Parts: sequence; structure tokens; C-alpha cells
Amino acid sequence: MGFQPSRRFAILSGLAAAGTLAVGYALTPFSTLGRARQIAAGDGDFMPAAWLRLTPDNKVTVFVPHGDMGQGTHTALAMMAADEMDADWTLVATEQAPADMAFANGAFAKGYLLGDMSIPQWLNGTTEFFGRKIAEFMNIQVTGGSTAIRLTGALGMRKAGAAARAMLVRAAAEGWGVPESEIAAKASVLTHAASKRSATYGEMAGRAAGYDTPDAPLKAKADYTISGTPRQRLDIPAKVDGTAQYGIDVRLPGMLFAAALCSPVAGGRLKSVDEAPARAMRGVSTVVKMDDAVVVVADNTWRARVALEALKPEWDDGANGSLSSDSIHAGMNAALDKGSFSTDFSEGDAEAAIKGAPRVVEASYKVPFLAHATMEPMNAAAWVHDGKVEVWSGIQDGLGGRAATASLADVPMDAVVMHQLQMGGGFGRRAFSPVLPSMKARHIAQAIAASKATGKPVLVTWSREQDMTQDYYREASVARMKAGLTADGRIAGWLHSFTERHDPPEATRIDYDVADRTARYVSDTNPMPWGPWRSVDHTHQAFYIESFIDELAHAAGQDPLAFRLAHLANAPRHKAALERVAQMAGWGTNEPGRAKGIAMREAFGTIVAQIAEATIGDDGRARITRMWTAADPGEVVNPATFKAQMTGGAIYGLTAALYGSITVEKGRVVEENFPDYEMVRMADAPRHEVAIIESGAKIGGAGEPGTAPVAAAVANAVFALTGQRIRELPLRQFDLKSGGKIARL
Amino acid sequence: MTQLIVNGVARELDVEDDMPLLWALRDVLNLTGTKYGCGVAACGACTVLIDGQATRSCSIPASACAGQQITTIEGLRTGDTLHKVQQAWIAAQAPQCGYCQSGQIMAAVALLNETPSPTDDDIDTAMTNICRCGSYEEIRAAIHLAAAA
Repeated sequence: MGFQPSRRFAILSGLAAAGTLAVGYALTPFSTLGRARQIAAGDGDFMPAAWLRLTPDNKVTVFVPHGDMGQGTHTALAMMAADEMDADWTLVATEQAPADMAFANGAFAKGYLLGDMSIPQWLNGTTEFFGRKIAEFMNIQVTGGSTAIRLTGALGMRKAGAAARAMLVRAAAEGWGVPESEIAAKASVLTHAASKRSATYGEMAGRAAGYDTPDAPLKAKADYTISGTPRQRLDIPAKVDGTAQYGIDVRLPGMLFAAALCSPVAGGRLKSVDEAPARAMRGVSTVVKMDDAVVVVADNTWRARVALEALKPEWDDGANGSLSSDSIHAGMNAALDKGSFSTDFSEGDAEAAIKGAPRVVEASYKVPFLAHATMEPMNAAAWVHDGKVEVWSGIQDGLGGRAATASLADVPMDAVVMHQLQMGGGFGRRAFSPVLPSMKARHIAQAIAASKATGKPVLVTWSREQDMTQDYYREASVARMKAGLTADGRIAGWLHSFTERHDPPEATRIDYDVADRTARYVSDTNPMPWGPWRSVDHTHQAFYIESFIDELAHAAGQDPLAFRLAHLANAPRHKAALERVAQMAGWGTNEPGRAKGIAMREAFGTIVAQIAEATIGDDGRARITRMWTAADPGEVVNPATFKAQMTGGAIYGLTAALYGSITVEKGRVVEENFPDYEMVRMADAPRHEVAIIESGAKIGGAGEPGTAPVAAAVANAVFALTGQRIRELPLRQFDLKSGGKIARL
Repeated sequence: MTQLIVNGVARELDVEDDMPLLWALRDVLNLTGTKYGCGVAACGACTVLIDGQATRSCSIPASACAGQQITTIEGLRTGDTLHKVQQAWIAAQAPQCGYCQSGQIMAAVALLNETPSPTDDDIDTAMTNICRCGSYEEIRAAIHLAAAA
């Protein structure tokens, strides 16, 4: 199904109506284009849209209103604009668009973080900062459905590129006194064959800049020359020679360095601290006491840390001081037992269908909290001066971060200058909410307080231990699955009861044919801080759903692939992805000592079918030797980065499935650093073959979908190999040789 | 005063004897290409070469490196020419977020100095740095490319 832009998305013709808040490129208000030009365009530059600048030297700069944390968004969006513009790709560069409304659009706030169903609660406060109009536009956008590539790219970058091309063609035609139809535009050069005249785009930029921006038609996919071809990422050269500047690398004149210690218990408060031992130490400027943290400011990070370690703060743990993983899980089970459910979705009568089925299968699953553990720990620099709050940090959402900073500093948005730097990993961790307390940017608050206390710019860098114990976490949760099976092995009734529902709302959807289906949940089972974690609720819901489907297949005495296919008569894309991955992996045959498991999930508009091959190591633990993925994103912009997102996303999911567990004792997070929170490394990384299926459906996401099905594929492979059903993650707690648990988490 | 030779240049630092080399490089010499990841030598983001050996700079005092040749990511290129490992990293499109890659590249340089044509097993053994983006397959390909260059 192709995406049909509605009239509300129709672009540009309203540009001449100065001062009106028309819907621009992917909802950029037209009234802000002038401001964008003021910020980004110089004399003689042509800036047909907030995101595209052509300079007389023929260079194109694409301003990307999304952060890039390695998923290749910047390059992919520039490819989409350059393709429509018929620009010479070697002349195209990208820049991070400033965190300014001039460069904003609805997708900006929402980005690639979440799916396409509704604005999550934690972003709604961000929209409030932008004013009611924009919030309305965001709702329009959300109804249409979007991710960064899907909306900013498909409706914004492509439109901007096509408009620029049309204006340049018109400029050449008028300049040369020939019809527009006789002008060819290719690789940043305009030519008129009959008169043998040619000019670069840059040479025509000045004339084109005087035109109104047209609503130019987009290319047909068959005419793409850049989109769909593998291109080297523009951000990579700076990432191999040490010049890429991440938040942690910012160095400002007179800058001081700080270390922070937050209340070890979520919601706890600083009672008291004797500052004297730190103040006496070499290089220390000051000690800043905050409600929930102590910050030591010094002339380098090491001295700040050593001085912080000399302090013995006393904390008021508040209400959560006796919290433990056991008590949290007991609370979850009690809430499920009590049965005061909210309905996630309900079609038909699941309970009646199950009651009437000859066989009923039930299983309970459980997953722990997970930290993001971005390689670059949280950090931020702030400089409060001349009535302004300047912040330098790696953030996933520039405007959201700016709004969050305004809220933290209690100043208007206009007083905040946000310098968005490279992110050493994001995965949801670098998105901050001005309204949801768990997603407060505490390191930014600490930097602001430290700058206020010293009058200087201050960079706060959290230790790994702070980063891991002060995260907002992927929720721990419990699911109880129940389904009926008919005599001929079809699912009759699906009842999915679980704890905690966040985003995206479709994370519990099943694509299999089951007429009677219900998903229901209980909320607020624990006070641990929550935040989005790569693929968000899909991470655990895919584990529950795809493990249970596997259980049903075995209960029905069917092959897990055949069972799935038999329930996908109305989902041809899902079926095709499963068939493709099965073919790639040689489903049905196994090498000695190895077995395969299969799982499938549609997340963020992309269908991912995965097979994992498991073996058991000498230590009794599962090892994943190979993986295969068939992914249908509808259409792909940069196949090279899409594949990298599939393999990288799978490693992220595999780390969680094999090792990931954040536990709580006495209200405190137990795991503090990588030795306690192990990661998949080179030697554990499976060989992974990826196939992309371009079905032509609406373009889907890349960064998150590859993470979702991994845990189920792995657990299903372990079952195929050992007969031991894994209903609790991570796998490292099980000795698969003896069938017992070897570690208590 | 601690005397360090960093990327061939003699530097004099007024730092405590126990200050890790990592922080001396980053905060005193402003060589920020070497990254902080864990502080306990568990992740490898801070890897530099000390007399050619891959070393996790977060867990060695600067004072212990006095007089030795310290090479950081900034010192790997020769003039305008990137080291063959850096070139291979671009060719294989290895980095995603890129934060761990300075350390990965330094570890790979040390591996190739020792073992010019490493097998996959050699790579598994030598390359223990964490990449949270999961770029391991691209890193492996890049090492093989560099070995063949």
C-alpha cells in the first residue's frame, strides 16, 4: 500500500502567504523558513526549504532535524533529498539542524524512537513548549503515521529536493530563454542540449532563490539513482581519526569538570554531606548540593572523582529503600492474581473460545530490568551566562532536550541554547522528557547547577557506575499467556495478560489468525524509573508472544515454522519474510550439536523474521553461532546501513537475551559496570546473514525492529536443542546441560 | 611533573602520580579521541598503544608511562594519510555511533603488528572491546581488509 499524502501534507504553495502558519515540509511551519535562512544561509545561498541549502560553489548541505547515533539517519535523509534534486552525491554534506523551531517538524519530537500510533505521554509536555498549534500538527502527523525516514524523509526531504530541482530548472530556462521542458538536470548540472549551454546548480542558485517554492512532483521509485543504493555514511571518516566530537569531548574556554553522585535509591534525597574533605583537595572549585545528588567541580574529571569519593553523603532513601527484585516480581504476580486489568485490545471472546477448546496451553514468562549502557556515559556541559543557559550534550531529540533544559533551569525556551553533539550510543537513553520524572535529564540539571555555582562552563561526566545505577530502565515484567488449541491444531482464543504497558501501543499485536483475542494489563506495579529502550515494549512482548507461539506449535505437534505459516493466511508479507528466512537458514536441517529457533515481529513498520542457531558451551550456557534475518521494510534507502542496523540491533537483543539483568536490592541497583552487566563481544557475536525484502509497502524503520525478535528466536532454538523451555531471561542463569538454574538473579 | 611522549611529542604534566593516563590525555592534554567507557579496563574504549602494546589507559597511571611511546588515535595517521587500519574501517563502514571505535582501532593496530594475517580465532581472542552498537562483523571485515592491504 502506497502512502498517499493528504492535502494537509501538500507542500509549499502557501509559502507566498507570509506570516501564515502553513504546513510545510513535513509540517515545518512556513513562517519559520525565513528564520532558518537567517540561521543557515549566507549571501547568495539558495535555501528552498528549512533543510536544504545550495551555495554558489555548488555544494548542497542537508540540515537534518534528527540526531544520528550511528543508525545512519543523516546520510539516508540526505540521500532522499539529493536523489529528488538530482544532485551530485559527492557534493552533498549533512549538518545537524539547530534545536530551533525553524528546523522543527512533528517527526522531530517523535523521531525514530517510537512507533507510529500516538504521541507517547512523555513527549506531550514537549509539544506544550512549542505552543498549541504545533501540538495539533503533531497529532495530524501521528494520524498519518511516521518515523524519521518515513515522514521527514518521504514527505520532507524528498519534497524539498524535488522543489529545489524544479526551481533550478526554471532558473536555467528563464536565464537562457528556453522552455523548461528542454532543460536537463543531472548530477548538479543543468544543460540545454540544443544550445549546448550548461551551468552548475550553484551558478543558478541566486536566480532560483527568488522564486516561490513549487509543489513539485516526486520521482517514481524506478527513477531513483541514489536511494536504494549502498552509500558510505558521511559521518564515518570523523569516527576513525578521533575528531568526531561527542558530548563528553566538549572543551570550552575556562571550562571546569565535574563528577556526580546521585541518590542510590530512586526518589531518595540528600540529607546531608560534609563538604570539607573534598574542598580541601587539589584542583577542587566547589561542592554543589542538590536535592538528589552531590556534585564536585574541579579542574579535571579525575580530581573531581577522587574528591567526590572522599565525601560520605547521607541519604534519605524515601519510600523505595526496601525495594528488591523479588518484591517487585511478587508485586507483579499479586497484581495479576488480583486481576484488575485494563484492556489493551479485545476482539471476539477470548475466554469463551479458550474454554470451548479441547486443549488449553498456559505459560508464564518473566523478564528483568535492563540498562541502556550506552558506551558514552551520560554527560552534559552547561554555561549559565548573560541570561542564557547554554548546554552541550548528545541528545536524541534536540528540541525535546531544549524544552527539558528550559524546564530544569526554569527559564523560557528562548533563553536556552542547545548544542547537539554526537551521541556515543542512544538506544532511547538520550531522550529526555520535561514532564515524565523518570526521564529527567539529571546530568543536564547537575551541569546547570555547577555552572551557576562557579560562573563557568562545567562538564559533568557520570561514571559508568552512575550511568548504570541511575538509568531509566526497560521495565521488568511478567506475562501470563493462555490459548486454546483445536483438534486440528489451530489457535482458538488468545489471552495475553501482562504487567506495565508503555510504547508503542501495537507492541502486543499478533499477526496470526486468531479471531478471539484479548491483551490486558496491570499498571504501576513498581516505582523503578522507566524509559524507552531500543524497540521499547516490543523487546519483551516479542519474547512472550513468539515464545508462546512456539509452545503452541509444539503442543499441536507441528513444526514451529509450519504452524506460524498456517496462521498467516491473511498476512502475505509476514509469511514471505518467514519463508525467506527459513530458506536462507536451511530450516529443517541441523548440524550435530546445534539447533535453530525461529521468531518474527513487525515493529515500527518493518517485519523482521529471524532464525538463531544455538549450541551449548562447555560451561552449560547457550551460545548463538549463526543468525539469519529476512526483513521487509517496504522500501530501503541505504541497504548498507539497513543491514548494519539489523545485525547491530540483533546484537543488542542478544546481549539482553543471554546476559542482561538489572536487579534491585534495598532499593539500590546491584549491577554497576560491565563486569556485572556483561555484553556480547566479538567472540560471542554470531555470523549473521541479512536479506532485505522490498515489498513496496509503506517504508518502515531500521534502528529498532532488528532487536525485537531475538530473545524468542534464541529461546526457541534452545528448546529445539535441549527440550528446555526458557520462560525467564536472561539465559545465563540456566545450566542447559543439567537443566538447572546455575545463578540466581 | 610527569614526562610523557604522546604521538611523538614530549609533554610535561603536573598531575598526581595516580592519575590514570586516560584522564591525563583527555582533560589535561585535550586529546579527546581516547574515550572513557568504564574506568575498570572492562570495555576497551580507552585503548591506546604504549610501546606498541594495546593498553587500557583508564587503568594505568600516567606516571607509569613516563618515557614510553604513547600512541593515541590522533597520532595514528602519517601526515594526511590515514593508517591502513583507519582506511579499512572506512571501507568496511565499521562505525555506527563510533564511540568505541578509537579503542577498537588501536586494539586492531596492535593485533596486526603482532599477527599480520590474523585468523578469525586470532581476532576473537585479541578483540575483546565492547561495541554496544554491535558492529563486530564490520570490525572483523575491516581487520581482514587491513591485513590484506
